[in-house]
Amino acid sequence: YPQWPYCRKRCSYCNFNAYAVPAADEAALRACLVREARTLLRLSRVRSVTSVFFGGGTPSLASPGTIAAVLEAVAGAAHLPAGAEITLEANPSSTSTSSLAGFRAAGVNRLSIGVQSLDDAELRMLGREHTAAEAREAVEAARGLFPGRTSIDLLFGLPGQSRDAWAQRLEETLRLCDDHISLYQLTLERGTALAAQVREGALPAPPQDLLADMYQTARAVLVGSGFRHYEVSNFARKGALSTHNLSYWRADQYIGVGPGAHGRFVLRDEGGCRREARVQILEPLAWMREVQSHGHGTRSRAVLSPLEQLEELLSLGLRTDEGITHERWGHFSPQLSLQAVFGGPGEARALQQEGWLVLDSGGLRCTWAGLAVLDSLLPGLLWQLQR
Amino acid sequence: QEKLDMSTYPVESIRNFSIIAHVDHGKSTLADRLLEITGTISKTDRNKQVLDKLQVERERGITVKAQSASLFYNHEGINYLLNLIDTPGHVDFSYEVSRSLSACQGVILVVDANEGIQAQTVANFYLAFEAQLSIIPVINKIDLKNADPERVEKQIEKLFDIPTDECIRISAKQGTNVEKVLQKVIEKIPPPQCNTADPLKALVFDSTFDHYRGVIANIALFGGEIAKGQKIVSAHTKKRYEVNEVGILTPNEQPTHKLYAGQVGYLIAGMKEVTEAQIGDTLFLYKQPVEPLPGFKSAKPMVFAGMYPIDQTEYNNLKSALERLTLNDSSVTVHRDSSLALGAGWRLGFLGLLHMEVFNQRLEQEYNMSVILTAPTVPYKAVLSSAKLIKEYGKDQITIINPAQFPDKLSVSEYLEPTVLGTIVTPHEYIGKIITLCQDRRAVQKDMLYIDENRVMLKYLFPLNEIVVDFYDALKSLSSGYASFDYEDAGYQSADLIKMDILLNGNPVEELATVIHNDKAYAAGKLLCERLKETIPRQLFEIAIQAAIGKKIIARETLKPYRKNVVAKCYGGDITRRMKLLRRQAEGKRLMRKIGNVEVPRDAFIRLLKRETDK
Repeated sequence: YPQWPYCRKRCSYCNFNAYAVPAADEAALRACLVREARTLLRLSRVRSVTSVFFGGGTPSLASPGTIAAVLEAVAGAAHLPAGAEITLEANPSSTSTSSLAGFRAAGVNRLSIGVQSLDDAELRMLGREHTAAEAREAVEAARGLFPGRTSIDLLFGLPGQSRDAWAQRLEETLRLCDDHISLYQLTLERGTALAAQVREGALPAPPQDLLADMYQTARAVLVGSGFRHYEVSNFARKGALSTHNLSYWRADQYIGVGPGAHGRFVLRDEGGCRREARVQILEPLAWMREVQSHGHGTRSRAVLSPLEQLEELLSLGLRTDEGITHERWGHFSPQLSLQAVFGGPGEARALQQEGWLVLDSGGLRCTWAGLAVLDSLLPGLLWQLQR
Repeated sequence: QEKLDMSTYPVESIRNFSIIAHVDHGKSTLADRLLEITGTISKTDRNKQVLDKLQVERERGITVKAQSASLFYNHEGINYLLNLIDTPGHVDFSYEVSRSLSACQGVILVVDANEGIQAQTVANFYLAFEAQLSIIPVINKIDLKNADPERVEKQIEKLFDIPTDECIRISAKQGTNVEKVLQKVIEKIPPPQCNTADPLKALVFDSTFDHYRGVIANIALFGGEIAKGQKIVSAHTKKRYEVNEVGILTPNEQPTHKLYAGQVGYLIAGMKEVTEAQIGDTLFLYKQPVEPLPGFKSAKPMVFAGMYPIDQTEYNNLKSALERLTLNDSSVTVHRDSSLALGAGWRLGFLGLLHMEVFNQRLEQEYNMSVILTAPTVPYKAVLSSAKLIKEYGKDQITIINPAQFPDKLSVSEYLEPTVLGTIVTPHEYIGKIITLCQDRRAVQKDMLYIDENRVMLKYLFPLNEIVVDFYDALKSLSSGYASFDYEDAGYQSADLIKMDILLNGNPVEELATVIHNDKAYAAGKLLCERLKETIPRQLFEIAIQAAIGKKIIARETLKPYRKNVVAKCYGGDITRRMKLLRRQAEGKRLMRKIGNVEVPRDAFIRLLKRETDK
C-alpha cells in the first residue's frame, strides 16, 4: 500500500493523513517511496505480492512515472505476477482523466474514482473540486480504459439529504457505474470543517433513522441490480471484488509504504515469526529524512499477541458476507477453534438466537440484518473471545 | 516548656464570652483584632481568620470547628483572663454553638451595619438569650459605604429589646472601637459563678484528634480544679482516664500546672477517639460524681448522602480516609452500605448540607480522595402495623434509610417524615416568590412578621427532604441573595410516602428506587425517565423506561433500538484506531449491569445517582 499524501485541497469531511500543500519535490518523494518499498519487502521476505493499492491523499496527482517507479521497485524485490491487482485512487478532475492512459501504461489495471456524489450542490458542501458532469466523464473514461475494473466511491447521509434525493442518486449511479461500488455513510469526524458546521447548527445533523433507511435502501437496490454486498461498505458484481481490500478483512499480510501508511506483516528477515502492526511517520518531510538515512521511515512497530491477532481477525472478518472461515481462524488459532470459542453458551449463541449471527460449517458470519449493527455485536464477542 | 500558673487569675477576673453572628458579618475578623489587641498574637497584616485552622475554613471563610483562645488584658490596673470561645457560624452546627455558649456568661452579638439583622443573627441571639447570657450588641463594618448603623440599632431595639445606646459601632477590619468592645466585655459580662472548692465539673465543648497525643478536649470548668495525674470520668461513656496535660489555648496549646473553676482550656487524658470526648459531655473526678451539665445530646444527623469510591479498587483507601477524617469529627455518622450500581460504600449522616460539603472538600484536600456522592436522603420512619415485621425488627417504629427497606402500605399504620422549622428573613419585594417557593416545597406557614419597614421574617414548617437538595440555592437565587435561611429540627409529621420504582422493559432497577412523597412522584419519575433515556446506550431492541408506584406506571420514555451501527470505513490506519475503541467497549462489558436483557453501564448509574453539582 503506497501512500501519496498530497491533495490540492482538503475536502470538508476529510481527516486523513493528507496534506493540501504543493507537492514536495516529486523526484525525492518517488525515490523515498521506492527505497522504503524495497527495504520493507526485504525485511518481510515476502516472496509474492498479490495486489498493490496506491492510496492517499490524491494519488492521481502523482505522475505516472512515480507509479511506474514504485511498481518496478516492487517487482524487483518480490514476485509481482502479471495478473496482480494494481489499483490507483483518482479524483475526477480534468487533469487526472487525461493521465489515465499514462497510469495504465505505468502498470495500473484498476481504478477507484472518488465520485462521492452526483449532485453539484452536494459536491460543493463536501468541498470537492469537481462537478457532477466532470465525475461522469471521468467514470466513462475510466471504464473505457479499465473495463470491469473501475470502482466508484459514493457518500450518503449528507446533512440535509432526503430519502428521495438519495434514491435518485442511487438510480443515477446505477446508470453510470461499472462493477464495483464503495458506499460510505458520511462520518462527521471531529476536527473537520463539515463537523464544525453541523455542530454549530449551520447544517442539520442527519437523523439516525434516516441513515438506517438510506443504507437499507442502497443495499436492496444494489443487490437487486446484481451486486453482491460483500463487505459493510463494498458492493461488486460479476466477481469484481477488490482483492486488496479483502486482504485487510482476511487479516492477510500487507506492507504500508509512505507517510502515515499502516502495515501488518512478519519480519522474517530478523528471524521473527510474529505479526507486527506498523505505522510509517506521518509528516512527509520527516518521513523522507528518515527514509534517506535509514532506508525506511517506520514510526512505530508493535508485535501483535495471538489474542490481538484474533481480535483483529474477528472484528474485520465479520465485516464481510463470507465472515471468518474455520480454515482462516485455524491459521491464527490452531488450538482453539471457532466452535470452541463461540459455540457454547454465551454472547455468540445469544446473538445467533436473535438472528444477528451465524456459526455453521461455513464459519462465523453476520446475517443480513447483523451486518448493519455489527458494532453493537463486536464488544460482546470480543469479550467472549478474551475469556 | 514553661508551664503557666493559672492560680493568679481569681474567678472575679475571668470573663468567658463568645462572638455570635450571621455568616460573614465579621465574627472571625473581630476575633483576629481581639487577639491582636491583647497581644496574644502580634499585629501583622497576615492575621486573617487566625482561629480558622482548617484549609476549608479559610477558603470558604467559615468557621467549622470552634476554637477557643485565652486572652490576657489589663484594664484599670487589673489583669483579666478573657476566654474567647469561637463558635461555628453556620446553622448546621447550632448544637455546637449552644454547647460553646453554655461555657460562657456573655456574648458579643455582631451585626453587619449594612445587612442588618439576618436569620442567624436571630437564631444565635435566641440561643444566647435562652442561656441567659449578657449580650453586647456590636455593629460592624461601619467603614463601608452603605453602612447604616442607626437603622440597625433600631432593628436591634425592636427585635431584641436592647436599647440603642448599648450598641457599639466598630470596624473590625480597621480596628475602630474594638478596644471599647473589650472594655464592655469586662464591664458588662459577669464573671463565672463557680467555686474552686467544689468538686471538679468540666464541660467538653469541643475535641480534636492529634496523632501523637491523642484526643485534645476543649473544656470549661464549672467547678473545682484539674491537673496532671488526676483520675477523671466521662459522664456519658463512664470511662476512666488519667490526666496527662492541661493548659490554655493562646490560641496554640500552652500547658499550665492546673486549670481552675471558671477557666477555659484543654485537656489530654489518654482518650483514643473523639467519640470518647463528645461535645456537651461532663467530666468529673473519679469517685466524686457530679450532676452532669444539662443539654448534652448525641449528634443527630439531618442529612444523609451515599458515599462511594469512584472505583471499587479505591475502597480501602477511602475507608481509611473516612476513619481518619471522622477521628476529628464525631458528629458524622457512618454506616456501611452497598449499592448494586456503585459497589461497597457508606451512608453518611451529616448535621447539614454545609457540613457535608465541607466534609467532602476536606476529603479531597486533605486525603486526596475523589468520591461519588449520591443524592441525600432523609431518615423516614414507618409505624408498623404488621405483627410479623414488628417481631422481625424488635420494635414497632423503624427508620428507613434505604429504599429497599421500605415497608409496604399494608404493613404500616403511618409513614413519617422529618420536618424542620425554617426561618427566612427577606426584603419584602421577594415575599411573593418566596411564599410560592415554600408552597412548592410542601411547607406550611407558621408565622410572618415585619422586622422593620423593609424586611419580613417568615417561619415555615418544611419537610426536611424538600430543603436538603437545593432549597437554599433556590431561595438565594430568587431573592438575588438577600434572603437568609436558618432552620431547626421540628420533629416528625405524618406523610403520604411511597416507593417509586424504575423499570427497564418491565424489570426493576433496584439502584434507582426512591422513597418519595406522593405529591412529588410524578414529576420526579418523569425527570428520571428522561435522564435515563439520555444516559443508557441504545441497544438492538426497544427499551421501555418506566417509573412505577407498585403496579401503577406513572411515567414512561422509550429508547429506540439501533438499526444501523457499523463504522463505514475500515482500512489501513482505521483498523488500529478501531481496535482500540472496540477493546475499550469490550472492557466496558465487564462493568455492565444487566437488568433483564438491558445493559446499563456503570457510569450511567453514577451520572444518575450523583448529587447535582451546581453548588
